[in-house]
Amino acid sequence: MTIDTADLKRMFDTIAVAIEADKDRLCQLDGVIGDADHGIAMALGFNAVRDALASLDLAATEPTALLNTAAKSFLNAVGASSGPLYATAFMRGGAAVKGKATLADADFIALFQAMAQGIKDRGKAEPGEKTMVDAWQPAAEAAAAASAAGKTLAQCLEAALAAAERGAEATKDMIAAKGRSSRLGERSLGHIDPGGASAVTVIGAIRKSLS
Amino acid sequence: MQTKKIINDGNRAVDEMLEGILAAHPRHLRSADGSPRSIIARDGPRPGKVGLVIGGGSGHEPTFLGFVGKGLADAAAIGNVFASPPPDPILECAKAVSGGAGVLFMYGNYAGDVMNFDMAAEMAAMDDIEARTVLTTDDVASAPRDQRQKRRGVAGNFFIFKAAGAACDRMLSLDEVERIARKANDHTFTMGVALSACSLPQTRRPNFEIGADEMEIGMGIHGEPGIARGKLGTADAITDEMLDKIFAEMAPKRGDKVAVLVNSLGSTPLMELYIMNRRVKQRLDDIGVSTHATWVGNYCTSLEMAGASVTLFHLDEELQTMLDHPCDCAMFRAG
Repeated sequence: MTIDTADLKRMFDTIAVAIEADKDRLCQLDGVIGDADHGIAMALGFNAVRDALASLDLAATEPTALLNTAAKSFLNAVGASSGPLYATAFMRGGAAVKGKATLADADFIALFQAMAQGIKDRGKAEPGEKTMVDAWQPAAEAAAAASAAGKTLAQCLEAALAAAERGAEATKDMIAAKGRSSRLGERSLGHIDPGGASAVTVIGAIRKSLS
Repeated sequence: MQTKKIINDGNRAVDEMLEGILAAHPRHLRSADGSPRSIIARDGPRPGKVGLVIGGGSGHEPTFLGFVGKGLADAAAIGNVFASPPPDPILECAKAVSGGAGVLFMYGNYAGDVMNFDMAAEMAAMDDIEARTVLTTDDVASAPRDQRQKRRGVAGNFFIFKAAGAACDRMLSLDEVERIARKANDHTFTMGVALSACSLPQTRRPNFEIGADEMEIGMGIHGEPGIARGKLGTADAITDEMLDKIFAEMAPKRGDKVAVLVNSLGSTPLMELYIMNRRVKQRLDDIGVSTHATWVGNYCTSLEMAGASVTLFHLDEELQTMLDHPCDCAMFRAG
């Protein structure tokens, strides 16, 4: 399929709706091992993105510019940890498709991989440290592998979502090494990382809107 | 069940609070032009002086903006409740306080704050403002002693910011201010205990559960779980437990001097804080450590959480000079 800026805007709108619906669960997950505001921050951020994109002239906007608008609006609404992490994801995603007016399937996979790498770089986190990287990195790898095997974008994103779900679930068995919960040591065991949980929601919404 | 709060709209709580603070303290504070979350000292920034920018999430009042004023911080960047401010308001603070001698960013060691302040420092560099960073890591409970750099910054911010602000006001160089700030951090030790949860204005739901007869030792100032859950003890027993941990690290010697901060996390009243301070003084007297100065009250809160922290600032001559240096802020005065 060919993805244009209207599709990307719809994707962000879908994420905003999904995160809003998931807000309370994310706050509760964060309350167990953090400060209980993750759902609020994510909802605030994606609602700000939705509002910012609503005022764009989509016909005159390239995907890179749309993603930069998303990054700036998310960052300034949120701050916190999720602000720089998702803002960097969108900026890197935008940089990966610079100069393109519309995106082919392979372009979107490149964008998706750049988002995951951006989160990893900004947070200086590695897999296994009980963060959103534990969902984003396997999701990006699964999408890339499916793409290399000639699958459709829908199938690639299906694989990404399944990998993100497994990755987030696996954070239950990890001791947090990054972020606020890292001071808990073994008391973080048994609880899913809220950033990993919200990553699944985001990736699920991406899949839904582009399939 | 939702907690009771006197608010209009949970999503507007921070901005409405800032409006009220500026209305109360027009002589001390203003917001930067076009950046309402950047709170600047009316009397503080000046040419040739290192600018001190502090900041972090809301919900800890009077930390951070209560410590903005002459002789202490020049500006505070204000985030959402318990969330770091984004880079833009931090950058606006840096621009507003830059006197050509560099800017020092100081804030508690939290992953979100580090990312946002680092992004702001990169942006400041593009505007030819050198911004350095000293993280506060005074919370003894939050990591073992050999991993001090991983610890959280909590109520001890008060002393660390005070020392750095004095160094700036005395027109010391950025190198010297940074050295004194790091030294002040190394000499500051805090232990906290929480008795009940707090609730965010947006959710109005207690952010953790705790039994009626329990306390959480080492609870963070955002309600992050601490190092252990215990039965609620007497004031003396709780204070002793905190001081034992602090003394073990600070290694006080007979004849040493400290400054003391007994801080409420929000709803614990002065009566209980003074009962704790009585014990702090007894214990310090017992080991021959003199108390140079004491502050008791709400200095670094966690919304309406019940609980308290004790901070000792282990003084030497230089740090005592910085502590005694006059400052005049909206919610704090010394000298």
